[in-house]
Amino acid sequence: MGYSLSYGRMNEILKELQQNYRVYAPRRWAGRGRYSDTDLIRYGEIAAVEEVVHDEKSDFSPKEIIFPITQPLFYFTEDEYRESRVDDQGLLIFARPCDINGIRRLDTMFLKNGDSEDSYYRRLRDKARFVLMECGTGWDTCFCVSMGSNRTSDYSLAVRFLPDHLLVEVRDEAFKRYFSQEREVEFTPEFVTSNPRTVRLPEIDSSGLLRKVYDLEMWKEYNSRCQSCGACTAACITCSCFTTSDLIYNENARVGERRRVWASCLHEDFTAMAGGLGFRATPGERLRFRTLHKVYDYKARFKEEQMCVGCGRCDDRCPEFISFATIINRLSDEVERLKKEASQEVAGQ
Amino acid sequence: MSTNILLPRPHRILAINQETEHEYTFRVESGAAAKHGQFYQLSLPKIGEAPISVSAMGDGWLEFTIRKVGKLTSEVFRLRPGDRLFMRGPYGKPFPIDDFKHGDLVVIAGGTGVAPVRSTLRYFYEHPEEIKEVYFLAGFRDEGSILFRADLERFKARFHTIYTLDRDRVDGFETGLVTRHLGRIPFSTLTRYHVIIVGPPVMMHHTALKCLEYGVPEEKIWVSFERRMSCAVGKCGHCKINETYVCLEGPVFNYTKAKELWD
Repeated sequence: MGYSLSYGRMNEILKELQQNYRVYAPRRWAGRGRYSDTDLIRYGEIAAVEEVVHDEKSDFSPKEIIFPITQPLFYFTEDEYRESRVDDQGLLIFARPCDINGIRRLDTMFLKNGDSEDSYYRRLRDKARFVLMECGTGWDTCFCVSMGSNRTSDYSLAVRFLPDHLLVEVRDEAFKRYFSQEREVEFTPEFVTSNPRTVRLPEIDSSGLLRKVYDLEMWKEYNSRCQSCGACTAACITCSCFTTSDLIYNENARVGERRRVWASCLHEDFTAMAGGLGFRATPGERLRFRTLHKVYDYKARFKEEQMCVGCGRCDDRCPEFISFATIINRLSDEVERLKKEASQEVAGQ
Repeated sequence: MSTNILLPRPHRILAINQETEHEYTFRVESGAAAKHGQFYQLSLPKIGEAPISVSAMGDGWLEFTIRKVGKLTSEVFRLRPGDRLFMRGPYGKPFPIDDFKHGDLVVIAGGTGVAPVRSTLRYFYEHPEEIKEVYFLAGFRDEGSILFRADLERFKARFHTIYTLDRDRVDGFETGLVTRHLGRIPFSTLTRYHVIIVGPPVMMHHTALKCLEYGVPEEKIWVSFERRMSCAVGKCGHCKINETYVCLEGPVFNYTKAKELWD
């Protein structure tokens, strides 16, 4: 069921929705971009639908809403250990198809990997509902079509932003009542069907080939380029790693908390243990680890899909202009070369 | 509401035994049914949490041998019997003790790698009827790093033991790395047996290769990995090696799997 409504009416509905939901959307932080006179587009709560930046790609994904950058797990007061709490407001999130598909990967990591669910993720995830935003023609670093993540049906509402009105599809019955007064129209959202960038996925079909992939010279090139800053992993909708640490409040040393903070496999200390032992000492090895996780390991483990959804934010954020899409294509070329060499060796015997 | 798998529980420290200048063994009150080779997340509120393997277990208690290397472990060293240590676990895949039973067992361990195999050794020391011969080759860096002296001493009575120090010359100890003494284990005469190798990554790598040279089949070799972890339940990502999570599929791995865990 679709509806046509003015921005004014949509804002009235937004007010009603906000009685039950915190509403998050990509918003503009003017002048806060990475370069002078550029803006930062990231997620925040909105008060009016005009604040939604719908015609640009956000610099950061919505993952921070359900997997916060910093999340208290426990509060310690003297000898008491208390679990952190969340309120009972729902979460309504304006999101692109790639991000909604990306959150399904987060679900897999937090809810399906291992024997038990992560309750901190579960308690926020259960409250989240999505408002699908169309992408129009998409953006120059997107490769969602190659990753099969350009479409989704996992949304409660879908919205098309037109200059003087909005079209809204209501898929989730729970939201019908908010739109009962609006003019019904035919509307279903459109998805991007091609991107300027296409990515060819490596087909690694044996452990012998995987070993050769680990040893490829191409990774070493990134030793000088990659700064191990982790900007790519912070922007990635599917990066789910975190580090737990305890802290003591400055004002009162008897009180503190245990929190988790986003971690990055690009950081040198990601594998470092107390005592100094660590693994993957070079930026190239760490970038290889990240690449294979996104386009090989995750699928090898969970079977259904690759981890990368092709949002391209890592390409947008890298201060050294390293393109992840290019890495994937280079890797695929190398894998084809290795396969060809192997078959020639067999033929030559 | 799912249960909070990250919630630790307080456990009372029953005894503390100083092993070396930097290593202490904490005996903690616990009725948990931990298996040999598993680990716990040990923590102190406001200090932090770290994965530590069970180094021995008994009726109503578990032991953890901790090396003073980080923030948490330094703080743990201030604790006294009667104080509380916070724990969650046990985690990870243990050694397949039942498969070891009624065969021969070769255990090669280096340094703090002796801690994760100690409970297995103690089990077979206490149940000699369940195992044929045990060959225990342990290496330490120097005299000051020798762990579990009392166990090393009593194991001599029932096991074939070779103890070695990398550099120091001390009575009762050979000199040199464990790989130097591997030839004294009569691999060629063993038929139904398993080999456990635990120690620093380089030691495990070379010892395993040398065992293969002696004709040990890959599937008879078991190793245990040590990795950084924040959660121990498959969420934080720190211990991942290719598609494998050490906290879930390890820390104990058969060599057929371990040889393909590349960093």
